[in-house]
Amino acid sequence: MEFQMNKVVDSIQQAIKASGLKDGMTISFHHHMRNGDYVMNMVLDAIAQAGIKDITVNASSFFDVHAPILDHIRNGVVTGLECNYMSSLIGKAVSEGILEKPVVFRSHGGRPSDMEKGTSHIDVAFVAAPTCDWSSNCTGRIGKSACGPMGYAVSDAMYADKVVAITDNLVEKLDDISIDGKYIDFIVNVDQIGDPKGIVSGTTQITRDPVGLRMAENAAKVIKASGLLKDGFSFQTGAGGATLAASKFVREMMIKEGIQGSFCLGGITSYMVQMLHEGLFKELLDVQCFDLDAVRSLSEDSNHKEITASEYAGVCCDSAVNHLDAALLGATQVDLDFNVNVHTDSNGYIIGGSGGHSDVAAGSKLCIIIAPLTRARLPLVVDRVVTISTPGNTIDVLVTQRGIAVNTKYGKNKELKQRLIDAHLPIMEIEDLKRIAEQYSGVPSPLETSDRVVGNVIYRDGTQIDTIKMVLGN
Amino acid sequence: MEIIRKAWAGTGESSDAYVLVSPANTLEIEISSVVYNQYAKAIDKAVRETLADLGVEKGTITINDKGALDCVIQARVETAIKRASEAGV
Repeated sequence: MEFQMNKVVDSIQQAIKASGLKDGMTISFHHHMRNGDYVMNMVLDAIAQAGIKDITVNASSFFDVHAPILDHIRNGVVTGLECNYMSSLIGKAVSEGILEKPVVFRSHGGRPSDMEKGTSHIDVAFVAAPTCDWSSNCTGRIGKSACGPMGYAVSDAMYADKVVAITDNLVEKLDDISIDGKYIDFIVNVDQIGDPKGIVSGTTQITRDPVGLRMAENAAKVIKASGLLKDGFSFQTGAGGATLAASKFVREMMIKEGIQGSFCLGGITSYMVQMLHEGLFKELLDVQCFDLDAVRSLSEDSNHKEITASEYAGVCCDSAVNHLDAALLGATQVDLDFNVNVHTDSNGYIIGGSGGHSDVAAGSKLCIIIAPLTRARLPLVVDRVVTISTPGNTIDVLVTQRGIAVNTKYGKNKELKQRLIDAHLPIMEIEDLKRIAEQYSGVPSPLETSDRVVGNVIYRDGTQIDTIKMVLGN
Repeated sequence: MEIIRKAWAGTGESSDAYVLVSPANTLEIEISSVVYNQYAKAIDKAVRETLADLGVEKGTITINDKGALDCVIQARVETAIKRASEAGV
C-alpha cells in the first residue's frame, strides 16, 4: 500500500506545480460542500500566488462563499467561468459585466455529458474529498467534513487530464468509495476543506405560509389525480418550504392508501430520509445532500444510495431522471409558452441557474412547476421569460395558489387536463393566471437590457438555448 | 392636510412599503423600490393621488417600497400623513 502514498504532496502550491497548470487552462471544482466550501478559494489563492493567469473555472456551482473569486477576476487570474448554478453575489458581478467572456451555464446532466463527449475539457480538476485512503480512493460519507455523495465530481475525476484530491482526513483503507483512486494523481492533506454547516440549503421547515400551503396542496392533488401515485411511484422535489409541504401532503396520501414508492431522487433532504425510514420509498438515489441528516443517512442506510451526476441526469445514458414519475420544481418566471426561468430575476440579474431543473423536466413523466402567482408585486407569468432555463415543451403543469394551468400547447397532456378537471381542481389557462396577477399588480414595464452577452445558457443536449444580457447602467 | 411633524407608516417587509414624511416648504417625493424598473410610474401615481386626495401640497415624502400593491402604498401614505398632521398623535 505504501507505494501509493507518493501521490501525497505537501501543499496545494506543490500540487498545482506538479499538475502542470499553465496560463489559459481550465480547472474544475464540485459543490458538495455548498456554501461551506473552502477548497476553491484556497486553490485560486495558490494559483494567484504562482503567478498563473487567464484561468477558466468550471465549477458545478458557485456560492456566495466563493466571492473572493471576484478579486481573482479583477486581477486577471480568472478570465472565464462555467457552472450549472451561480448564487446572487457572484451573479450580480457577472450581470454587471465583470467578465469579458460570457459565463457558460450548463445543467447537472449536461455538464458531465459534455465532458464525456469531449466538448468540455478540464485540464486540472480539484476535488474536495472529505476522506481519502492510501490508495487515493475518495469518499464524502465520512470524515469531519463529510458531505454525503460526491456525484458531481466523478466526471471531473474521470475526464480531467490531472486530478488533485484535497482532503482533511487521510485513512488507511476505505470500503465504500465515491471516486476510484485510479483517477487521482495528487493528494493534498489540509487542515480543513470546509464547514459542513454550510451544506444546509433551503429550509428544513415545512412552510406555515397559507399561500405556500395552498400551492403545496394543489400540487399534491395534481399528482394524485394524474394517476401516477401508485405502487412503484418515483418522485423528486426541492428543499423549499412549499415543495417540502407538498412532500408532506404526498406522504400523507401514500400512508392513507398504503402505496409503496420506488425511489426518491435528487438533492436529498431529511424529509426524504424520513419517508425512506417509514418504508414509503424503497430507496433514495442521492447525488448531493442538502442537510446533515441526509449525510448521516447515506453512511448508515444501504437503501440510501450514492449516484454520479451522469447516473442522475446524464444525457447520453439511461439516467435516473428518465425514470421519474413526478417532479416538483420552482421558477422565478414562467411565460405563456411554459418556458421557465431559474437563471435571472425580473431585473435581469443572475440569481441561480438550472442545476438539475431542465434535466428533471425533460426526464420526468409529470413535471410540475410550483410558484406563487406574484412575488413582491411581480407577476410570475409573463409574455416572455427574461431567460429560458427550461423549455416549455418539457413542462406539464403550473401550480399557483389561485389556479392550476396544464400545458396543452405542444399537443400533449389533454388526458391529464381532463383528469384534473374531473378531480375538481381549479384548472385555468396560463393566460388567465397572468391576467389575475396583473389585475392586482398592474402590467409591469418590460425589462430593458444592454446588448452585451454575459452568459450563454447551454441546454442539456449541448445546444445553446438562450443568452443572458448585461444589466443596464454599467 | 398639512405635515407639521415627522411621521412614518409601514414596514420593510416584502410586499409592504415604508413611508416617511416630514415638513418642508415644497413638495418632494423620493421613491426607492425593488420593482422600480417595472412599476415606477404606478408607484408615483399612487403616491401623488393619495396626497392630492388629502390636500397635501408641501412636505418631503420618502417611499421605500418592497413590492407593495397600489392599495397598500395608498394606505401607508395616508396613515403617515395623518400621523404627521394636526389631527394625528
